[in-house]
Amino acid sequence: MDAHTLLDRLFPTGHAVASEDTYFHGSGTCRGATVVVLGTSEEVEIGVELALAMARDVLDVIKTAPRRPILLLVATSGQRLSRRDEMLGIHAYLAHLAKTIDLAKRRGHPVVSLVWSRAVSGGFLSTGLLADLCFALPEAEIGVMNLPAMSRITKIPLERLESLSLTSPVFAPGVENYLRMGAIEAIWQGDLEAHLDAAFRLPSDRERRRALGEVRGGRQLARSVAERVRSHERG
Amino acid sequence: MKPKSYYEASARERMAAFLDPGSFQEFLPPTDRVSSPHLRQLDQPGAFDDGILVGSGRLAGHPVLAAAQEGVFMGGAVGEVHGAKLVGLLERTLVTRPAAVILLLETGGVRLHEANAGLVAVSEVMHAVLAVRVAGIPVLVLDGGQFGCFGGMGIVAALCDAVVMSEEGRLGLSGPEVIEASRGVEEFDSRDRALVWRTVGGKHRYLLGEATRLVEDTVPAFREAAIGLLGTLPVFGLEDLEAEHARLQGRLERFGDCRESFEIWTRLGIEDPQALPLLETSAFLAQVGGKRG
Repeated sequence: MDAHTLLDRLFPTGHAVASEDTYFHGSGTCRGATVVVLGTSEEVEIGVELALAMARDVLDVIKTAPRRPILLLVATSGQRLSRRDEMLGIHAYLAHLAKTIDLAKRRGHPVVSLVWSRAVSGGFLSTGLLADLCFALPEAEIGVMNLPAMSRITKIPLERLESLSLTSPVFAPGVENYLRMGAIEAIWQGDLEAHLDAAFRLPSDRERRRALGEVRGGRQLARSVAERVRSHERG
Repeated sequence: MKPKSYYEASARERMAAFLDPGSFQEFLPPTDRVSSPHLRQLDQPGAFDDGILVGSGRLAGHPVLAAAQEGVFMGGAVGEVHGAKLVGLLERTLVTRPAAVILLLETGGVRLHEANAGLVAVSEVMHAVLAVRVAGIPVLVLDGGQFGCFGGMGIVAALCDAVVMSEEGRLGLSGPEVIEASRGVEEFDSRDRALVWRTVGGKHRYLLGEATRLVEDTVPAFREAAIGLLGTLPVFGLEDLEAEHARLQGRLERFGDCRESFEIWTRLGIEDPQALPLLETSAFLAQVGGKRG
């Protein structure tokens, strides 16, 4: 699916989204309500320029459209891997983008993200994962690293990783695995407009992901370990 | 006796020497044996603290919460339990309201053996750090360990109020080895130590303004710097983010076409930039003065 088809399915009654290369921003109408749309396409790597452009748009939304819902459409193969971006401090640019999205939430903007093609590592951390709620299309890919590369680095035989990935959601890429982690709230099939409309009405609570991860059997210790440290009686 | 090198010390040695003597109280210590079930499943050796210690203590008499990652164990990488300990510590802050939270980071980022749980954990750490800052409690980062601070935890460091580095420290997103492995040695030669340090090392990060303080490689030096930063007031409003935006935009306009850190240092107006990597910390600070990005 291309970005235009996606926007038509999300906003059948209309959208005005400008595209600059692999980054698009604008707004759509969802059941009568205006929704801000910020998204990437073609699995773009997020470098310092793109992070800054997205942060600019988030800051402008905070200033000009108080409390308007924001939809992040995620398609990234991760952060840009380049010596020049590292030299300039790309970690700080992605952190800046993260802070603007966090501020938008604190200022009352509901933020929902949809992984529509791919979401990897740093590019996902600084965008989609910061939303109140994160959703994915069934054909999306989410992960940190493919199994052959993981095998080379960890020196664990590929066959071993492949067979364990059939039962463990904890390391292999996959939308279903992130659903079980509690990071993806739900997978959207069918009427995307209806899903989007409903998403902005759902309650969001940050600890929900931990609770979901536990209930869905993906992260069975994250919630309880955090709770034990948080409520430890000494100190 | 020469003070202990921060670079060479273990996480436990750092914590003991960093906080007021005898004040550290660990939560979920190794005797509780809270370790990673995922490493066990892959027959990998585990650690009874999962590579991070978290607890409370005092810094110059002030109550603080602190965490230290152990680089020797899997490069300080973040797994499910490791990350949850850090998240729990940050969230505890909102209840006990210490003077500061101090993170002794040493990490390559997400632990591949449990990559999905690790990535989600880092995202929860990011959120928790911002929540602590919004609550008015400063979060300080120390970065001077052998593995540096990379991956999602590099983003975390930049979300905090201040970063204290030594010359030996490194800070970034993708480590040099990762870039070399996927883009080739022509893009980044990870074995060229001088290149690595002038690209992501403490001196360069200090000159860019990403490291708040640059200190000698001793635990007492990090301690003194952190004490000096205890009064830092978290600022996190729209105006503050606009100011940060202008600063990052300005950096891109000023240095975006540079291929080498030396070019950036020259444009900062520093005389004899080629000599900077060789200078001791105090001589370096004297040489650069206020010429920072």
